[in-house]
Amino acid sequence: MSTVQGAEQRQSPAPSPGRKARQGRTPTLAQRENRTGLAFVSPTALVVLVVVILPIAWTVLLAFQHARLVDIQSMSFLSNWTWENFTEVFTSPGFWTSLWTTLVYTAGSTVGSIALGLVAALALRRPFRGRALLRGSMLLPYVAPVVAVTFVWEIALSPQFGIVNEWGGKLLGWDKPIAFLSTRSQEISLLGWHVHLPLALLTVIAFEIWRYFPFAFLFLLARLQAVPAGLEEAATVDGATHTQRFRHIVLPQLMPVIALLSVLRFIMTFNKFDDVYLLTGGGSGTDVVAVRVYDFLTARYDVGAAAAQALVLALILAVLLGVYFKFFAKRVQEEAS
Amino acid sequence: MSRAQVEKRIFGVLQWVVIAFLAVITLFPFYYMLLLSVKPIDQLLLDPGRLWVGFSELTFSTYQNVLQSVDDGGQGFLGMLGNSALVALATVAMTLLASVPGAYAVSRLRFFGGRQVSAVFLAVYLFPATLLAIPLFVMFARIGLQGSLVGLAVVYIAQTVPVSIYMLKNYFITIPRSIEEAAALDGCSRLQTLRRVVLPLAAPSLMATGLYVFMIAWNEFLFALLFLAAEPGKWTVSLGLQQLANGIEVPKTILMAGSVVLTIPVVLLFYAAERLLTEGLTSGADKS
Repeated sequence: MSTVQGAEQRQSPAPSPGRKARQGRTPTLAQRENRTGLAFVSPTALVVLVVVILPIAWTVLLAFQHARLVDIQSMSFLSNWTWENFTEVFTSPGFWTSLWTTLVYTAGSTVGSIALGLVAALALRRPFRGRALLRGSMLLPYVAPVVAVTFVWEIALSPQFGIVNEWGGKLLGWDKPIAFLSTRSQEISLLGWHVHLPLALLTVIAFEIWRYFPFAFLFLLARLQAVPAGLEEAATVDGATHTQRFRHIVLPQLMPVIALLSVLRFIMTFNKFDDVYLLTGGGSGTDVVAVRVYDFLTARYDVGAAAAQALVLALILAVLLGVYFKFFAKRVQEEAS
Repeated sequence: MSRAQVEKRIFGVLQWVVIAFLAVITLFPFYYMLLLSVKPIDQLLLDPGRLWVGFSELTFSTYQNVLQSVDDGGQGFLGMLGNSALVALATVAMTLLASVPGAYAVSRLRFFGGRQVSAVFLAVYLFPATLLAIPLFVMFARIGLQGSLVGLAVVYIAQTVPVSIYMLKNYFITIPRSIEEAAALDGCSRLQTLRRVVLPLAAPSLMATGLYVFMIAWNEFLFALLFLAAEPGKWTVSLGLQQLANGIEVPKTILMAGSVVLTIPVVLLFYAAERLLTEGLTSGADKS
């Protein structure tokens, strides 16, 4: 209501004072626009309200309730209050390591996919024969169904009949097949150093990079093609080398897109469930929080604990984003403008 | 040689190395999928490293097995394809229906909260799907939508509406206002303007958005798993394939045939409209 009045007041000085504009039966243009606007947005708003906002509100309630899946049908919305869910979440074995795993997984995948996307965009920047075809096929990992591609990876990496181990044995002289997806920690000796690699986690990150670099590639290529050619030509004439042109001319132009992609990919990966669940089921040191939530829900039927866990995850993400925007928002805004 | 020349030569070579590398990592997994799906299982176990399949041993029985209905001893993927198509198409139709007016309002009309709308809708993606999954799971169980394709489509609509508003909005703002003003002068109401003037002009964007929504709905896995796992007759292809892999031991070649069946519709659609889609997604990204 308040804006409708506001709109009226803004409008009122405009008509000649002789007429009583406020009592006019026909609403002003701004009023009509306001109404149409609200009417047009309402279907979307309704769906979002019912399927997103309400469920989230209910999750918050459930997190503070003693709720199991069997009695949730009969239970009232506001009863069985408890703090237990949160104590259970924070004290349950593996919560902190799982949080750490989630962070490593998210950061690694985000940085990796954007870096590979950038390299790809730079390589495909100039026209060559077959470029259009390659550009199309580079998006395949992103558009293909996750269930199908995780199976291909699983089979290709399989220690028994996977092509990677077969070729690794033949060409690289691996002593024995490597179980990429079920090895928590692999000892590697490199120049006399013995390092333990979280192999399964690294494999999952590699998968994530492979699957989402096309997304970064797409956006970066679009931006690259909008960089005016004159800038680089001028720099070349002035004697700037390839790396110098990239560092001082191309990269600054790409920074806003890179910043946006980082935020987007971080959010998406942080909440990711399917990829890890399908590849390893959350085992062998790849126990990300999203998979834990699912386990709480389906293995223990403990809705309250699952909700608390999901809520904690969302809060952590909110804090991370808050920190990001507090310290980098100015830069992002400047770059976005 | 000067530094500039050295770098030019190095990057000239490096570019082709990178291109070859990218081509291999993106295409090889799909070739491998296709290869295994037509290979007899014993050939795979005998010589896992071989990259081709002899013409004489080429087999399509895997596909027959995958597509045949369960009653005929197959895996029933044909029915699942139908389910997936039904859910995905319904999602596309409903999402476009809801997001076209919304996107138009955001790009053209000044109304209360209009500036915040797209930001609020995009905030949907801040919440993990797992967080939404719990209450939706319970809610649907209460109103009896659990195990139904309708419930699944409703969830997909909420998941795809924000991004489709974003894509459509970016296109709508490129349509000149004067065309709409002319229509208004000729006596069109807003709704008529939208239907008769804006929509025909925005057809490419509608296609691109619809396609993207279709892909999301077709590929989705988590909600299908949560809502439909108990109802084998309603499984989508993604879910069916995963359940197939989880169940009793099935030859990997059959799994790969299932993967091909799952992948082909999406990939065909993508290639048919690749330019539309990439432009629809990135429009706006190149003008920042």
